[in-house]
Amino acid sequence: METAMTFEYAPAPESRAIVTIKPKYGHFIGGKFVAGSKHFPTINPATEEVLSQVALAGKAEVDAAVKAARKAYTTTWSKMSGKERGKYLYRIARIMQERAREFAVLETLDNGKPIRESRDTDIPLAAAHFFYHAGWADKLEYAGLGTSPKPLGVAGQIIPWNFPLLMLAWKVAPALATGNTVVLKPAESTPLTALLFAEVCQQAELPAGVVNIVTGDGSTGALIVNHPGIDKIAFTGSTEVGKIIARAVAPTKKSVTLELGGKAANIVFEDAAIDETVEGIVNGIFFNQGHVCCAGSRLLLQENVAEEVLHKLKNRMEKIRVGDPMDKNTDVGAINSKEQLTKIVELAAAGDSEGAERWSPACNLPAKGFWFAPTIFTGVTQAHRIAREEIFGPVLSVLTFRTPAEAIEKANNTPFGLSAGIWSEKGSRTLWASQQLRAGVVWANTFNKFDPTSPFGGYKESGWGREGGRHGLSAYLKGVSHE
Amino acid sequence: MSFYGLVDGTEASLKSYLNNLSGVDQVGAEARAAMLATRSIKTTSKRWAIDTAITMVDLTTLEGADTPGKVKALCTKAVRPDPTDSTVPSVGAVCVYNDMVEVARKHLDLIGGQRVPVAAVSTAFPSGRASMAVKIQDTQDAINAGAEEIDMVIDRGAFLAGRYIDVFNEIVQIREVCGDKAHLKVIFETGELVTYDNVRKASFLAMAAGADFIKTSTGKVAPAATPPVVLVMLEAVRDFYEMTQTRIGVKPAGGIRNTKDAIKQLVLVNETVGPDWLNPKLFRIGASALLNDLLMQRMKMDDGYYTSPQYVTMD
Repeated sequence: METAMTFEYAPAPESRAIVTIKPKYGHFIGGKFVAGSKHFPTINPATEEVLSQVALAGKAEVDAAVKAARKAYTTTWSKMSGKERGKYLYRIARIMQERAREFAVLETLDNGKPIRESRDTDIPLAAAHFFYHAGWADKLEYAGLGTSPKPLGVAGQIIPWNFPLLMLAWKVAPALATGNTVVLKPAESTPLTALLFAEVCQQAELPAGVVNIVTGDGSTGALIVNHPGIDKIAFTGSTEVGKIIARAVAPTKKSVTLELGGKAANIVFEDAAIDETVEGIVNGIFFNQGHVCCAGSRLLLQENVAEEVLHKLKNRMEKIRVGDPMDKNTDVGAINSKEQLTKIVELAAAGDSEGAERWSPACNLPAKGFWFAPTIFTGVTQAHRIAREEIFGPVLSVLTFRTPAEAIEKANNTPFGLSAGIWSEKGSRTLWASQQLRAGVVWANTFNKFDPTSPFGGYKESGWGREGGRHGLSAYLKGVSHE
Repeated sequence: MSFYGLVDGTEASLKSYLNNLSGVDQVGAEARAAMLATRSIKTTSKRWAIDTAITMVDLTTLEGADTPGKVKALCTKAVRPDPTDSTVPSVGAVCVYNDMVEVARKHLDLIGGQRVPVAAVSTAFPSGRASMAVKIQDTQDAINAGAEEIDMVIDRGAFLAGRYIDVFNEIVQIREVCGDKAHLKVIFETGELVTYDNVRKASFLAMAAGADFIKTSTGKVAPAATPPVVLVMLEAVRDFYEMTQTRIGVKPAGGIRNTKDAIKQLVLVNETVGPDWLNPKLFRIGASALLNDLLMQRMKMDDGYYTSPQYVTMD
């Protein structure tokens, strides 16, 4: 055996043998896979390899799915006791755990995220959401949401491509626990784990029609949003589409929850624990290639420590391993799609042209696939586009502040309000700052931490309603105020 | 004594230097160490890591029951860890009690191990509870007997009571005894300092006082060289290098029993201070059982199957 000369990590690829990807998929309607009419390809963004052909749902398919969901709601699911519903959710959660590796590999192939993240974050959290909500199913009367809370009916759920299975879990688990049935549309570029989840529903012997999955693009999403047979829309995605949905449902009786964009401030005070702060900055913006609505994309550094933090941040970024998402040692994988890469490139160019200073570590990006090196921009002000618009990529805008009050003012000076981060070893400062910040989630000395017990959602243009925790249940129950 | 211009040797300057250090967030440090523990080290890089780890082992026996015979056997193993395979490198050092230094040095020289240094634990190891005069004499004896490395313990009681200057002065005095004859490793006993803030403070204190190496533990107290403790010490060493252009070594000791643990340590080094420290001059692992597991893993990589422990020598 040859011996390496230095400590270069040899390739450590996860095997893809565990997943079987069919050449073509249909929709999952009424407990069965039904053939689609039109199809479109879904690709591996790290290699541009076509993984499968996925069906594009039109009016007929969406109608069929809504009809199946209505039937399941009326005849089975809304009549079933919470205790029985809970059993199904527990069963789904257990099967997801049993098939975790399969899900992780498939997620990484279809999405481009590193296998380490799909294996250690996405899939375990998705299962945790089902476990958590399974526990609520027979305890809804005691959730403080009324003595006899009632489900809404059929929920239309449209989810994004950044955490495909996890966002499915965020949507499906609370809907089912509260007695609703669902028609779910995964994102156009990442439908495969949702279709594997459909198999899990079959394996768990979930009553037919409780979960229906139709694949497609924005046109399918519009059919769901505008469908008269749907009682509730739950959407996670861009603020732009969120506004279209809000307009569409405004004249209807549909309930809506929207989880939209963000431009989170990650605030570093002078007394922060620097090394862990640097880790938190990296995790905040480079986790999942920055394809995170709550990413810490605006770094606010107190001026007297800015130089030291930036120096350490750059050193740390030199160690980030960008490349093959299937390699177990990869930290940052592929950008999810060509469209998203184009958007990131365009906004980064705006950073250059508006005079911010761009820096990236040296990294060898693969020739095929969609890639963007981890990047920071310094010298950014509130007036720069890269400080205002959501980039949704591995691009960090660095701003500075002089006083705590200035930090809060800058942090809140945005149309968004999904999340924020505070780095300080001083408890009183952390508590004060967290009260001032207009953001749905405020992390202190950590970032991008998710837990099914904790409600998640935005202020302002970052969304309506909360998902997760006791608060998240209310979004699927009748007569409960959503804020 | 220059103290790198960081402190002037007074209590006031030492206190302000230590109190101005950035804190360590426990959750964050542990999360970083846990993430680095997921690195998957395979094939050629695993082979490199195993051989590198062997050269970093401070092969140790620190028992009341140690005899010249036991120490000689240890020295033989240190020079040629696998008598059937001459491609296996010698270990970094042998580490013994003060009274066994001479036996070890003579035996190493006798069997061709001139390049393997003897490290002596010193300053009333492991507790450090003795007068300064005794600690100095302990160190002097070991150097006279041929120790090229001194593993001293700090006075944890003084440290926890906030008498940093006492800890500092002890290190300075032992440093003087070592002169240029012996490398000085300073043991913190991190299992007694408990917090990562203390570990970071102790690291900077020891480095400013003249340590060549900072070492986690005596091996007599658990927990010892946990990955987050080593991470915090590596970060301190990295920062100290940036301030002073001086490279200080790190020695985790205690609790590193198998190849997997050792490779995790090398990953920590690689991704925290970088490849300059992947060298026995700057990174050592204090261990006894570890060496045999490294040898067995090495055989497995060559032969494709796990060997029985009967095929590696017991000491």
